[in-house]
Amino acid sequence: MAGALLEVRDLRIHFPTDDGLVKAVDGLTFTLDRGHTLGIVGESGSGKSVTSLGILGLHHGGSARISGQILLDGENLVAADPGRVRELRGSKMAMIFQDPLSAMHPYYTVGQQISEAYLIHNKVGKKVARKHSIDLLNRVGIPQASSRVDDYPHQFSGGMRQRAMIAMALSCDPELLIADEPTTALDVTVQAQILDLISDLQEEYGSAVIIITHDLGVVAELSDDILVMYAGRSAEYGTAEDLFGRPGHPYAWGLLGSMPRLDAARTERLLPIKGTPPSLINVPSGCPFHPRCGYAELTGGKSITEVPELREVAPGHLVACHLTAEQQRTIWTEQIKVKLGGREEG
Amino acid sequence: MITFIVRRLIAAIFLLVVVSLITFVIFFLVPRLAGQNSYQLATQYVGRNPTPSAVHAVEVKLGFNEPLYVQYGRFLKGIVLGAHYSNGPSTTFCPPPCFGYSFRTQQPVWPQMMSDAPVTVSIAAGAAVLWLIGGVSIGVLSALRRGSFFDRLSMGTALAGVSLPVFFTGLIALELFSYKWTLFPNVQYVAITSNPLLWARNLVLPWIVLAFLYAALYARLTRAGMLETMGEDYIRTARAKGLAERKVIVKHGLRAALTPIVTIFGLDLGLLLGGAILTEVTFSMQGLGNFTVQAIQNQDLPEIMGVTMLAAFFIVIANMLVDIVYAVVDPRVRY
Repeated sequence: MAGALLEVRDLRIHFPTDDGLVKAVDGLTFTLDRGHTLGIVGESGSGKSVTSLGILGLHHGGSARISGQILLDGENLVAADPGRVRELRGSKMAMIFQDPLSAMHPYYTVGQQISEAYLIHNKVGKKVARKHSIDLLNRVGIPQASSRVDDYPHQFSGGMRQRAMIAMALSCDPELLIADEPTTALDVTVQAQILDLISDLQEEYGSAVIIITHDLGVVAELSDDILVMYAGRSAEYGTAEDLFGRPGHPYAWGLLGSMPRLDAARTERLLPIKGTPPSLINVPSGCPFHPRCGYAELTGGKSITEVPELREVAPGHLVACHLTAEQQRTIWTEQIKVKLGGREEG
Repeated sequence: MITFIVRRLIAAIFLLVVVSLITFVIFFLVPRLAGQNSYQLATQYVGRNPTPSAVHAVEVKLGFNEPLYVQYGRFLKGIVLGAHYSNGPSTTFCPPPCFGYSFRTQQPVWPQMMSDAPVTVSIAAGAAVLWLIGGVSIGVLSALRRGSFFDRLSMGTALAGVSLPVFFTGLIALELFSYKWTLFPNVQYVAITSNPLLWARNLVLPWIVLAFLYAALYARLTRAGMLETMGEDYIRTARAKGLAERKVIVKHGLRAALTPIVTIFGLDLGLLLGGAILTEVTFSMQGLGNFTVQAIQNQDLPEIMGVTMLAAFFIVIANMLVDIVYAVVDPRVRY
């Protein structure tokens, strides 16, 4: 345990467009230790994917403005030479993408695509790389790996493609693995297998993992820490127990309320969050969530005028909300938790 | 893969038979449907101001008064075995493949076409190499520097290239580079077998003029294809692996963007091999294009029919090759 592998400090990624400045990520701070898993949760357009692409330096370099620090093992990737970031990409940090069919090249075999990264980052021949690909395919649970290595992605099923995608990401034993909605395109039964696989591999390789998702079930299963993002900022940041046991941000309550549950009675309605995510060009004044928040009036107008800072409500549990820790606790236990049917105890 | 090729080959042969049938119908049945009798049809096959008895002789000789299926059978038989044409006092044997006998030139059609074909092939093949290399590379660069000065300049030029006909650019090129500055004086076709250097030098202008037209088209196509491909998820995956940008562009981007270009390239080349009409006429080169023009102007039906069949043959073959190449390039096609 050599401390944090990844430290992100005040990360901002802005895209100038014809309509205005899109603040996709606006002051994000988090840390990730080796062997730990961080879940980043949020609605579409909350900046989760841009954050992960930003870490890899894939955020459309030309027009984007990026500031802040991304420290990978102490090395600041924001200030680093693009060539250096490229060297780290695929070797020290790798990414699993959302839709494995479109994320894999249709004209190259699975084996070719897996060995590609291995060949660039290691001085080995094609034979060794091929052997390595077969080992990886075996490792991620693809049967008859030695023959399937020559198949094309379209010959794989959805779950197998995602396994191959994971093999691709693991080909250079990355210390940081980012999974962007790794299970969104998959059947529910396959989702569980893939999540198990990721956590098994994490144990085996000791990598730090970032899971990006809008599915709270996924983060509940895998994450040590959870970061809830809203409009490019962190709304709440804490351990999984904090988030599911004592969430402090009204947005987090909303996310928990909109999650369907099998054990709830069928007559119970979901509690969706009202409204739609804000435009990232005209982010609402003050707390970006206030137009959709049911508790904004309790802060005496502060929500509309002042941007809430991340405050520590308990050690390691940060919430960006003007409600006092006391108010958050009361509302959660007396109003929200009751409605959710006493869910997720501890 | 082999069965795929064999299947394609059989389909191509079948297609050619259909093409011959349609061509035959156009030249022999349609005039009848339009009310022309076999005597009037026969007048198309004799020289100017024929006497009625001469026309009638031709009518019988060519069998126009026989049922159509017999005529079609003879037409096919001629292609495979050759045919005899009596030409006044003597009888001429038209060796296979016999695509008919021109009474105007008093020669079988096929050897005429074969003597003109090298001209067309030289023009088309040379231009194809130029436009493929030029068009694709300009398209790729434009896509990668979208919105830049280079992009706007090349796309503007491409618009001009698509809009300006060959007889315009060709004449300008001739005026400037052949007459005014005499870089390429006395442009005429010289067989590659007799003088390869002169062959190439004299073809430079036709190549460039013809390639300009197509390169413009291909640059636009490639640019559009590259823009689409470079936005694909698998390009992001390739970058995420840490590949050098050049490799991302060529190995992942261009590879996918080129696939549709292969199709169009095959068809364009096939079409051109049947006669680069405008280019040949502009540069006064006696290829299949000029042959076609003369055949039409003289209403020489056997020649028109022969060149139609030949052009159809090139297109069918090109189509078949495109299908096979596509199966090699895109693994999803095979299954």
